[in-house]
Amino acid sequence: MYRYDEFDHQLVQERVAQFRRQIERRMSGELNEDQFKPLRLMNGLYLQLHAYMLRVNVPYGCLSSRQMRQLAHIARKYDRGYGHFTTRQNIQYNWVKLEDTADILADLAAVEMNAMQSSGNCVRNITADHYAGRARDEIQDPRVWCELLRQYSILNPEFSYLPRKFKIAVTGAPKDRAAVALHDIGLRMFLNDAGEPGFEVIVGGGQGRTPVIGKTIREWIEPEHVISYVEAILRIYNLYGRRDNIYKARIKILVKALGIDKYRELVEAEWLQIRDGALKIAPEERARIDAYFQPPTYESLTEQGAELDELGRADPAFGAWLRSNVADHKVVGYALVNISLKAPGKIPGDLSAQKMDAVADLADEFGWGELRVNHRQNLVLPDVRQSDLYSLWQALAKLELATANIGLVSDMIACPGLDFCALADARSIPVAQDIGLHFANSDKLQHVGNLTINISGCVNACGHHHVGNIGILGVDKRGKEFFQLTLGGSSDERASLGDRVGPGLPQSEVPDAIERIVDTYLEIREGEDESFLDTYRRCGMDVFREAVYGPEGPAKRVTPTRQVA
Amino acid sequence: MAQMLIANRLSDGLVVFRGADGAWVESIAAGVLIRNDREANDLLEQSLVDADSNRVIDPNLIDVTEHAGARVPDAIREAIRAAGPTVAVET
Repeated sequence: MYRYDEFDHQLVQERVAQFRRQIERRMSGELNEDQFKPLRLMNGLYLQLHAYMLRVNVPYGCLSSRQMRQLAHIARKYDRGYGHFTTRQNIQYNWVKLEDTADILADLAAVEMNAMQSSGNCVRNITADHYAGRARDEIQDPRVWCELLRQYSILNPEFSYLPRKFKIAVTGAPKDRAAVALHDIGLRMFLNDAGEPGFEVIVGGGQGRTPVIGKTIREWIEPEHVISYVEAILRIYNLYGRRDNIYKARIKILVKALGIDKYRELVEAEWLQIRDGALKIAPEERARIDAYFQPPTYESLTEQGAELDELGRADPAFGAWLRSNVADHKVVGYALVNISLKAPGKIPGDLSAQKMDAVADLADEFGWGELRVNHRQNLVLPDVRQSDLYSLWQALAKLELATANIGLVSDMIACPGLDFCALADARSIPVAQDIGLHFANSDKLQHVGNLTINISGCVNACGHHHVGNIGILGVDKRGKEFFQLTLGGSSDERASLGDRVGPGLPQSEVPDAIERIVDTYLEIREGEDESFLDTYRRCGMDVFREAVYGPEGPAKRVTPTRQVA
Repeated sequence: MAQMLIANRLSDGLVVFRGADGAWVESIAAGVLIRNDREANDLLEQSLVDADSNRVIDPNLIDVTEHAGARVPDAIREAIRAAGPTVAVET
């Protein structure tokens, strides 16, 4: 488990005290808003439509039950009794007061959490596979490298004022559950021909108004050099990245402008100068960090497949949950359990303080007090005995947290949208709620199988619409909300950007349009094993476009909306 | 066409409207309705002073229409700001 060392404790306490003074200076008028804004952003505090919003880091998505209870306490004491889990494995509070913020940060510090660098033009929370350390297909636990990079990048003065924000994701498994190709830097571990673990380094991926699948800058690097290589990438970006235009400032724009070969050449030249310096990870340092992530002492158990199948047949609702929400664990007799925060009609990613406490209790009862947040805005219990799955499912059902839809149509990503966000053009949440209710029937969900729907309320793409198998982008057209659909996006190891289907639809037409797309897929798929994405890649857009707009095409249905780059 | 002045309060970020007496109030119904450009400019100027003295952040004029006695901002963004999220939050 992630934990603070003595440097973290001191650094965070100092930072809380510093921000407390900055807030006092703001409240007294010594600082004006222009002066204060960069300071509050560096501490994760935004001003949204209705109130201040505080984004709290959940390092690579890992939480202890104690930390979850503290998040519940903060929700109750300082907010409106709930929190929102985000696509970067963090949590946001939507209703905090400026005058309370330092106290909130102090309460977070008490459980080794903080909001530093959760905003601003710096290295943000480093994200990882939410099954890290537990996945059966994993080569190595990526959290070790995440933690080394966290320690390296937190308040690193050289990279405190980058041209723009900077996001790093790490996976230690061939199955990419961390969307590494959609990050400024993505690290993908694999074994080389000699059987040695190393990283493929991907650079310049991202979403927003200019979506890009990252390019491989280095085919393979030894793990001991991963920090120095990241530093070389950051240095070249810091040096040459544009600062004159916020829309052209991300590393993806620089990589595109220079070309990956030139960018690589610059990075390699820089790296040669630093590769064997202080950033080379010594074996003892690696061992020190490894110790943070030692697995619990598992019992010697047996696989419960047959017993669980029988329980699933006797209780089909449990069977459906077992199929969609439970994943293979690397240890025999254990399972990874996904807790869906996407019950029909609910707000994706939102969780009340009461349920946070209840989930923390379940993490203690059905594991070693550990939880994960994933980038699809759900939670994970990482160490559940297979023999406890039925009891756990019953407990979750009582909390209305047993929705069997992980990876299925109603497991949507949705950004806060125009209901909360100052940048949004359209409301994402009502669209997600409509679709959730439309596809509330578990049998149909299971029949359709894996299909991701991602919804963003503006081109900034916090809802990852570019990489949803079906993406939904809210746009403003002369003061009215419309929703453009894209098809074929994916954030996994075969990452792809979605293709635009056609002009935007009014919100009321979106669920039916999705249903027609889904029904078309069911008609033309070559067996149940062919996923929606594979069917789309095989058949292309035309058949789905016709499903959305009819044989006459889009022009007859709605007024065209602007093309979004 | 009527206008109102909208801002966020510094201390808690909540949405507030400028009232007739210069106070900033949470209820749109209690805010002052502005009916001509001169009044709008005068009040905006006073509001910028409030921003400078750190009572509110980013005061702006918005267009408002009265529907059945209730004031509703014309722009959907401002209507949501005024009335709160259109979705029920988890409690």
